[in-house]
Amino acid sequence: MSAVTGRPADVRRGRAWMGTVGWGALAWVLAIAFFLPVLWMAITAFKPESAAETWPPKFVFSPTLAEFRLVLSGAGPYLTHSLVATVGSTILVLILGVPAAYALAVHPVRRWRDGLFFFISTKMLPIVAAIGPLYVLALRTHLLDSTALLIILYTAMNLPLAIWMIRSFMLEVPGELLEAARLDGAGRLREMTSVILPVISPGLVSTALICVIFAWNELFLALNLSVTSAATLPMYLISSVPQEGLYIAHLSAAALVASVPVIIVGWIAQRSLVRGLSMGAIK
Amino acid sequence: MAVLDKVAVTSSEEIAPRGLSTRERWVRRLPLLPALIYVIVVTQIPFVVTVYYSFQSYFWDIPAPAHFTGFSNYSTVFTNPAFRGALVKSVIMTASAVIVAMILGVVFALLLDRKFLGRGVVRTLIITPFLVMPAAAALVWSGPMLDPNFGLLNYLLAPVGVQHVAWLSTHPLGSVIVVMIWQWTPFMTLIVLAGLQSQPPDVLEAAKVDGAGALATFRELTLPHLRPYIELGVLLGSIYLVNAFDQVELMTKGGPGTTTTNIPFYLYQQVNNAFDIGGAAAAGVVTVILTIIVATFALRMFARVFQFEEAKG
Repeated sequence: MSAVTGRPADVRRGRAWMGTVGWGALAWVLAIAFFLPVLWMAITAFKPESAAETWPPKFVFSPTLAEFRLVLSGAGPYLTHSLVATVGSTILVLILGVPAAYALAVHPVRRWRDGLFFFISTKMLPIVAAIGPLYVLALRTHLLDSTALLIILYTAMNLPLAIWMIRSFMLEVPGELLEAARLDGAGRLREMTSVILPVISPGLVSTALICVIFAWNELFLALNLSVTSAATLPMYLISSVPQEGLYIAHLSAAALVASVPVIIVGWIAQRSLVRGLSMGAIK
Repeated sequence: MAVLDKVAVTSSEEIAPRGLSTRERWVRRLPLLPALIYVIVVTQIPFVVTVYYSFQSYFWDIPAPAHFTGFSNYSTVFTNPAFRGALVKSVIMTASAVIVAMILGVVFALLLDRKFLGRGVVRTLIITPFLVMPAAAALVWSGPMLDPNFGLLNYLLAPVGVQHVAWLSTHPLGSVIVVMIWQWTPFMTLIVLAGLQSQPPDVLEAAKVDGAGALATFRELTLPHLRPYIELGVLLGSIYLVNAFDQVELMTKGGPGTTTTNIPFYLYQQVNNAFDIGGAAAAGVVTVILTIIVATFALRMFARVFQFEEAKG
């Protein structure tokens, strides 16, 4: 192609360049439009309440941290409950999930495929269907309105996903490494601690991040089964909507505070997000 | 990035030989048991209890103890138009949200698959809605975005003649679905993008050399290649969206009337407003049975779509 005289190639290159810029510009426009509600939430959060409910909407105003101060001053217990439920359930998921994934991947039990499908099938049962009985069970076992109950339920919610995901990481551990460890006389436990865990630790981090996202954002179970001593951040967010009066800036600040931790976690975990969301099917 | 092989599913017996000693079998089973027992106890017991209560008359605002009522809760469920209505709403919401999110996801993925300035930033912007707490998304949409008097959407649409539309009361179902689409498009984008990036470049190159147009290449080569990815996205998206509760509760409270009451919200109301544990349990059992029917197909799709990398020996 380079041997041909300059002009047609130039034109072609020019057209290709135009195409690249055009598609790129379109992608930018769509992405910004798509991101707009998040941006608007962030902008509104910095407004004084009087500037938040105006027509036309204000784009120039003197930013204030007043609403953030107000939001954070009341968020303490909710934040604690959310952290305990999220971190607690994620740790429990890993403790239960790593050995289970091992038994489905490395030295598999005989019906490992059925096991995998059993776990995934529990994700398809709508938990909402059992909410009444769940309430009664929680009441009888004195677990109602406790972070322990949320930890138990969030663990069950995330465990199937984690097992699928961790299994997919374990399958990538090179067989030679396992073989070498075996020749060195390593038992199953040493094989796990000195070969598998170090290799899959980045995978475990992504698995944990996915579990954190789902547990942090969960509302239905928390709303139905907690009152005060286990009320989580999403519930605090709802309580920031009053029956009357101006509330838009306050609501936006609360929404931003509640969302930001997971947004940051998600941005960090971007590369492994797709793998987690597809339960390890896509790498 | 890559690979979602359509590996043929082989029977598990080939991998884990039958000839294992009883001891070895238990050594292998042991690490699985804690998780297995945990999931059985926490996810199955509530459903067993649900079946039990579905045959009981039990209102928890009345001190009278629960008592057996036979199938009366079930006949209420089947004759109750509210339950059928909620079922239809659930299907409409899930299907339209998943389909539109998938179409948008394909568009975004095709754009992101090209090289351009700031691609990483655009990708980050696009995935963000998925990360926003659903409760926050619902509240931010219903207030700052959709409010009739000061919402941003009416302002942006004013040049095309839209004036102070009260979206949540005039288009309640559409508004709820829009928020679902907004939150789930990033998910579809990521999955389709992974599919696009796993497409062998030489095939596309060959098509170009053969003089195939961009559209023909997309239809004849790219789309078939994307099929398992699209199926996976639709399947997983449906699993999550059929349980959507936050948007309905926080944007419309199921209303006006019952226009946006889906199954999760209906069951929530049965328990929290009607205090009818028995009735909610019967509706729940019917929901679970319907889900199992759908899930059987879904699981079969899973087996087909998922790569079944074999376990190590």
